[in-house]
Amino acid sequence: MSETAAPATGAKTRRELDRAVIRFAGDSGDGMQLTGEQFTTESAWAGNDLATLPNFPAEIRAPAGTLFGVSSFQLQFGSQRVYTPGDRLDCLVAMNPAALKVHLRDLKPGGLLIVNTAAYDKRNLDKAGYSANPLDDPALAERYRLHKVDMSGLTHEAIKDLPLNAKEKDRTKNFFALGLVSWIYTRPLEPTLDWIGKKFAKNPQFAEANTRVLKAGHAYGETAEIFSEHYEIEAAEMPAGVYRAMTGNRALAWGLLAAAERSKVPIVYGAYPITPASSILEELAMHKRFRIRTIQAEDEIAAATAAIGASFGGAIGVTGSSGPGIALKGEAIGLAVTAELPLVIFDIQRGGPSTGLPTKTEQADLMQAMYGRNSESPAVVLAPATPGDCFYVAYEAVRIAAKYMCPVFVLSDGFLANGSEPWLIPDPDTLPPIDVQFRTEKEGFFPYLRDPATLSRPWVRPGTPGLEHRIGGIEKQDVTGNISYDPDNHDHMVRTRAEKVRRVAQEIPPTTINGPATGDLLVVGWGGTYGSITAAVERAQAAGRSVASIHLRHLNPLPPDLGHILREYRKVLVPEINSGQLVRVLRAEYLVDAVGFNRVRGLPLASEEIFEAINQLIGSTA
Amino acid sequence: MSAQGAGAAATPAPKYTKKDFESDQDVRWCPGCGDYAILSAVQKSMPDLGIPRENIVFISGIGCSSRFPYYMNTYGFHTIHGRAPAIATGLRVARPDLKVFLVTGDGDGLSIGGNHMLHVLRRNVNITILLFNNRIYGLTKGQYSPTSELGKVTKSTPMGSADRPVNPLAFALGCGATFVARTVDRNIAHMDEMLKRAAAHRGTGFLEILQNCNVYNDLAWNVMYDKESRALHELRLEHGKPLLFGPPDARKAVVMDGVIPKVVEAKSVSESALWVHDEHNVNAAKLLADLFAPHFPVPIGVLADTEAPIYEDVMLQQEQRAISERGPGSIAKLLMSGDTWKIG
Repeated sequence: MSETAAPATGAKTRRELDRAVIRFAGDSGDGMQLTGEQFTTESAWAGNDLATLPNFPAEIRAPAGTLFGVSSFQLQFGSQRVYTPGDRLDCLVAMNPAALKVHLRDLKPGGLLIVNTAAYDKRNLDKAGYSANPLDDPALAERYRLHKVDMSGLTHEAIKDLPLNAKEKDRTKNFFALGLVSWIYTRPLEPTLDWIGKKFAKNPQFAEANTRVLKAGHAYGETAEIFSEHYEIEAAEMPAGVYRAMTGNRALAWGLLAAAERSKVPIVYGAYPITPASSILEELAMHKRFRIRTIQAEDEIAAATAAIGASFGGAIGVTGSSGPGIALKGEAIGLAVTAELPLVIFDIQRGGPSTGLPTKTEQADLMQAMYGRNSESPAVVLAPATPGDCFYVAYEAVRIAAKYMCPVFVLSDGFLANGSEPWLIPDPDTLPPIDVQFRTEKEGFFPYLRDPATLSRPWVRPGTPGLEHRIGGIEKQDVTGNISYDPDNHDHMVRTRAEKVRRVAQEIPPTTINGPATGDLLVVGWGGTYGSITAAVERAQAAGRSVASIHLRHLNPLPPDLGHILREYRKVLVPEINSGQLVRVLRAEYLVDAVGFNRVRGLPLASEEIFEAINQLIGSTA
Repeated sequence: MSAQGAGAAATPAPKYTKKDFESDQDVRWCPGCGDYAILSAVQKSMPDLGIPRENIVFISGIGCSSRFPYYMNTYGFHTIHGRAPAIATGLRVARPDLKVFLVTGDGDGLSIGGNHMLHVLRRNVNITILLFNNRIYGLTKGQYSPTSELGKVTKSTPMGSADRPVNPLAFALGCGATFVARTVDRNIAHMDEMLKRAAAHRGTGFLEILQNCNVYNDLAWNVMYDKESRALHELRLEHGKPLLFGPPDARKAVVMDGVIPKVVEAKSVSESALWVHDEHNVNAAKLLADLFAPHFPVPIGVLADTEAPIYEDVMLQQEQRAISERGPGSIAKLLMSGDTWKIG
């Protein structure tokens, strides 16, 4: 972070920053997610690039004041490209002692620490495991720029005349924090005031209370003696166009809507509620006008099989879940492989195994997507790199599934699902066409007659006269589709299904290399680690190192040019939030001595750590 | 996609014969299997549906019965074990214009697929379910099934099974099924009639067919096969008719003793005290579902025929309402909706 002093305005110094990393942390009931989202909207309005990281407990109402009940929202915003929500914090807002205890270690020395003193009472200190009030420890104020603010008291004071009860009044204190931090970072309040107006349109008392408290926090920053300076982050240089905030799950849903509109083939989405995938079902259910039909199925298996039934009927069947649900769908996905029907499977990866860490992110389902079914059961696997990229990948998954008549996985993750970024809105007309041809011609029809280019079989809608036929999970004779137990036919079909998936490589554009085309090190990533890897690689490049990175969207099949690219570098590093899955595939596929960088903490990879791993591998010159 | 009733078509169906519904595949059930009679009856019932052949789909799971679609010259999908109800639900949601039959067995439908059976029935998806109940696992060579009697000795239960059987009719009624009926594979005329009734029902039509597995569980339903036994036990349910059964010289009646069904000599009760069958009375159907030999007669026929909202109809109505209120969706408009900002 570079800081340059700007002329002081009034009594307070205003300093310009390139970027800042802020985390709001408090109790589950403190409204930290909302506070963070509003701060994000304000920053987007200010024209900054940004990335967010919501982090909350799996419990809906975790016991108040506890360490495990702490909820937080982090974002990085800046005047240049922002790839990640940031590693270390410039500013931490800790609404209670538990939040301080959990998050203080991430605050940079000298960082801004803002606490709500009213919450630091004996009860909360006990629950957080503090024997003494940490705010009274002089070391805290020496190490950080500590600001002790009685947010609860000031909040109550600002709205004492409103006819709300004490609890209702107390609930608005998060907007005091928002107002204060908005002042510190010179954020516009308009988007939040708009939001309050809409949200509480039917409840003017709450609208008034939240407005007053927000403004009180802002004014407090301006007038209180304790804040000697505040900051400004210029608008980022971003490609021209119209932007909106986009989360990964919404982008997946909208990608499907776009695919349905473009292909003119209806989509049926089958799902069973599961964190962190449920919001896709909820989003799609709001858009019935797009002829998207959603089935909240009785279980994960029914969700997948209902989608397959829809595909048999001539719709695009889509199912979505997280790792545990994907495990349950395995047999059904195998049916789509052998029946050769389109099926799109969203896997919003989370920490595992078993229930694991439902609200935390992970990238450990790559092997499950590729190999997690009985027998030889190949499927196409794609992975989006950013929240907004989910839109394009969902669309592409439908296009490939329909063209090749096969299952296509989309491996998103908890970080992409809930994280948001400013997203340049595309012109839907520029999306590639999805040209679905249902066979109606009787002459020469066989259910497994293959297209010579794609090896895909004809898709026939039931209701088409003269093309009545039967398919199923038993091995079939190629072309005729009749049941066949012939050994050579089975061997042929196993190879044909694999070859069909391999031919999807025809669809993959040349790989974009971020950096030199040849050099000391290539960093290979996939999925939600794009930001962390890119930031680390650009930092290493700026430090003069011979490093490039590529980020794979296509994981099965792999890009046709990948083998060649890998050999252009002395070393290959593969950072993943798993214990080494893509690295294993690359080693097996290309006999390349790639090494992994693996952290499985339920959190995005820290850019700093990847940077260090790069240095370790090719030697630091610093 | 249209919201028309299942199988409805703009043009009337051609005049079909049974032969039009026979596929070119060799039928591979064991010689003497009860499935042959059911297949023949189903093929024979098809022309009467008045639905173009291309609008008919047979869906099945896994098991002997689930080979059924291969032998029907219609659209067909032989899927995975137990999941046919979910496949059929997805198909109907995508294509409410199709007439969908689901063929399953006691293991496929009530064991591995019991959960899906529960939900397809409560949703009242507009399909016809044919459940072949032979009280045994045939395809896996003779293990006991969820409808096998307690103490059933099989290869997997050499000292007898320890779990009590599920009653398919009671299960279906408990799940809120709107049409529940039973027939017997060896009673062709009755089977014909029940197939017609089940297929004509709007909503889920659930038909249990007592079926013989002559290899692994021969004569499990002998109570309904043996001429003498059948004469003593068969209770033909007919709407508006009293519950009378047994040979003419020894007619018996099922009457209510409080809330408990009881068998009495027919001539010992007055006409007004007879239990008159009412297909629209689900509570009565639930009592009938539990009757079985030897202490009671075995009811065959339609136990219940009622009406309820159909899952995919409700879904389509919502879709049409959404479109009529706000117009069809447009991705270009959606992308630009809500908070957006311009750069450059």
